[in-house]
Formats: sequence, C-alpha cells, structure tokens
Amino acid sequence: MSKEENTIVCRCSDVTLKELRDLIAEGYTDYNEIKRITRIGMGPCQGKTCTQIVLRELSQATGKPVSEIKNQNNRPPVVGVKLKLIAEEAKEDE
Amino acid sequence: MNKKANVVIIGGGISGCSTAYNLAKKGVKDIVVVDKSYISSGATGRCGAGVRMQWGTEMNCKLAKQSIEFYENANEILEYNRDVEFKQGGYLLIASTDTEMEQFAKNVKLQNSLDIPSKILSLEEAKEIVPHLNTEGLTGAAYCPKDGFLNPFKTTDAFYQAAKRMGVEFLTHTEVLEIKTNGKKIEKVVTDQGDIITDTVVNAAGGHSKIICDMVGVDLPVYSERHQILVTEPVEPMQDPMVMSFSLNMYCQQTPEGTFIMGRGDDNEPRDLRTTSSWEFMDEMAKTVTSILPPLGELRVIRQWAGLYNMTPDKQPVYGRVKEIDKFFLSVGFSGHGFMFGPLTGIVISEMILGEEPSIDVSMLGIDRFEKGNLILEPSVV
Repeated sequence: MSKEENTIVCRCSDVTLKELRDLIAEGYTDYNEIKRITRIGMGPCQGKTCTQIVLRELSQATGKPVSEIKNQNNRPPVVGVKLKLIAEEAKEDE
Repeated sequence: MNKKANVVIIGGGISGCSTAYNLAKKGVKDIVVVDKSYISSGATGRCGAGVRMQWGTEMNCKLAKQSIEFYENANEILEYNRDVEFKQGGYLLIASTDTEMEQFAKNVKLQNSLDIPSKILSLEEAKEIVPHLNTEGLTGAAYCPKDGFLNPFKTTDAFYQAAKRMGVEFLTHTEVLEIKTNGKKIEKVVTDQGDIITDTVVNAAGGHSKIICDMVGVDLPVYSERHQILVTEPVEPMQDPMVMSFSLNMYCQQTPEGTFIMGRGDDNEPRDLRTTSSWEFMDEMAKTVTSILPPLGELRVIRQWAGLYNMTPDKQPVYGRVKEIDKFFLSVGFSGHGFMFGPLTGIVISEMILGEEPSIDVSMLGIDRFEKGNLILEPSVV
C-alpha cells in the first residue's frame, strides 16, 4: 500500500490522502464539493482537524495560495452538545 | 466567454442535472447548465435526504413512486463510480389527532390505488418498528416500507457525471444576470462570465426561481422560505425508518452513516432568501425530538444548517411552458420535495422541450392552474 493510501486526512470519516487527491484530480476543486462527496469536515470535529490539510492540498493542486481558497462554512454549534441539554435549557427559558 | 447553446438550464441541483442528463440521453447537443455556485449548492444539497411515496395528492404520489423506482437502480442506470447510498428503511408517519388519522386513512387509500404499499398501523405496531417511539399523545400511524434515505450530493453527482460524459457543459460559479428577449423569443442568457446565445431556457433555480422568472416578466406565484435541519454525531444503527409528524412538525431519520438528521418548519418564517441558522430552531427541534424519540436526547448535535423551500399555493411543483415567452420551461416550486422528484422532473421537462408524448401526464401541474384556480392542496408537508 502506498503512503497516500495509509494516510488518513479526515479522522471522523476515515478519508485517505489518496481519496482526496484522486477527487481533486477528477476536477473537484471546491472545498464544499469535496466535503459533500467525501464527508470531510462533516464529522464530529466539524473540520477542525482536516480543513487545513484539504486547503493545503487544494492550494498545491491549483497553484492558488491558501488564503484565496474558500473554506467550508462554519456552522453552529461550535462543539457537540447533547440534545437533552438543549431541550432542558429551552424549557427553563419558557 | 461567449457561446451558443441549444438549451440553457439555470440551476445545478437535482432538477437541473436530471434534466440535462435526460436531454443528452435523447441526443440533444450543446446543453449548458449554469449555477451561481457549485453543483448541489442550493436546496438539493441542503435537503433532509428523505424520499417517500406517502403523499396526499395523486400527482405527488405518482411522481414520487416513479422517482423512487428509478432510485432503486440509480447506481446502475447512471453508471456511477460511487454509491448514491439508497436505503429503504421506510417512513413511519405518526398522527396526534383523530382528524389526522382520518387524513392518513384517505391518503393510504389513494396510495394503495396507485400501487404504493403503504398501510395504517396501530401504535403497538408502530412501536415494533421503532421501539424507542414515545406513543403518549399519539393516535396512530401510517407506514410505507419502500420510502427511505438517499444521499443528495452523490445522487446529484451521479446525474452530473453521467450528463458530463455525454457532453453537457457545466458552468459553475457563474451567475445569470439577465435573459434578453425579443418579443416572445429568448435571444441570450447574460451571465457574469459572458453571454450564451440560446432560444431555450429551463428555470431550475430552486429557491431563486422567482428571480429568474422576473427576468423575463413571468409572474410566478411562489415564494421561498428557510427550513432548518440539524445532524447528530454518528451512532450504531438503531432506527430504520424516517419518523415524521405533520401535526407535531418534525421529521427524523438515521442515515447509513449512523448520524441522525432532523428538521421542522416554522409558520413564522419570513418569506425571503436567508439560509442562516437560528437558535430558536435548535431549541424547538431539541424539545420536539426528545419528547417523541426520548433516547436521542443522549446524542450530540454537531451541525445545523438551512435551505430554501420554494413554495407554491398547493405545495405541488410547477412544470412546463409559460404563455408570455416561447421555449421558457418551468421546473420550480417543489415546496420542499424537489430532491425526491428529481428523476421524473428530468424526464417530463426533457419531453416537453422536445415536444414528445409525455410518459406521465403532468398537465395539471402547469402554471395556468393558479389562474384557473384548479388547486388540489397537498396536505402532507413538514
């Protein structure tokens, strides 16, 4: 197995460096497209681990600096919260 | 960029990609799909990923049934190199009043007459299918085992890939600014990347369909409103069907990944194009789901997002031509269920463009129904 196949870039969804590079080579050069097909950035870490790696790979493939590549949208909540805690708080506010 | 096209499709969601695929399959050349962002960036990629045959109008039932039958074989038909992740775990619709159960009984009778294998269940039977369902306050349920889950991104990607292989050109990150007409004829589509000379345009712009209609002076009686969704961390499989309630206002399904996706509507939602997230949704959703499916309270919410429902007065789509402009085709107003109708949308719109005998009669879904007042209201929408 090659090094690329052994390297996990997204720990939440087990996406390898090879899968990421293959997708970029297929023409998916928008972070959001890559996210939707591979689930990179959709797991419990919400991209806190994988985003930088994806942006770096996209930068190397497209020649654009990382600062010019659009990141995925950051969405709430910042960290995972149990539904029952949100429900209890919401009921107390009533 | 200045180019010519036989057909320009505005919108790279499921409707646009499916229409492009069907047109190309019928031999049409020079098809261009334009999207102001990336493929499935709009309503398709933000939807709840559920597909169901359990509808309350004959048209919606037929469109959904045939689309789901397509989805059963989508990987093979579209020769997809990935997987659209179709899972038929069923939809369990729960009722909280006797009136709602009467509506379910009517719906099931209609569905059965169209060969949809839905049935009415007692609360005991419902609990056998979803053991963690809290039946307190419920009056009964309806269930169809053919309903289920489908990955919206990969399904749209499958149509996109298949269309691209047949020569369809996709212009993403390209925004339509204007549609130039001369009398009733379309002359060109003006984008921020240049002009496309064409006489045929399909409006498949989802939440933005009215903006496109305004460009050619077509008065479309639709509006868009935000609907929100949240997703939890993934866990082991524990719930086969989508659990849905119209009166309690929620739907909730476990995806093949193990995450739970859930959403609800809000009657106070303003009619605009916002897709931001609100804390009110998170509060209401958490209260509703922990009351109906209590064990889900232990799951962590990891993300929430929103998309646009493009609403018509009768909550059925609008397909077809308009009287003001020649060769301007509507594929709009899906009222929150455009993804599940995707395969049939592509078939009926491509047949209309080519003037072929329709494989399913959708004449009652024309825009003229609003003028004539021929509305059959769909009762089953969250």
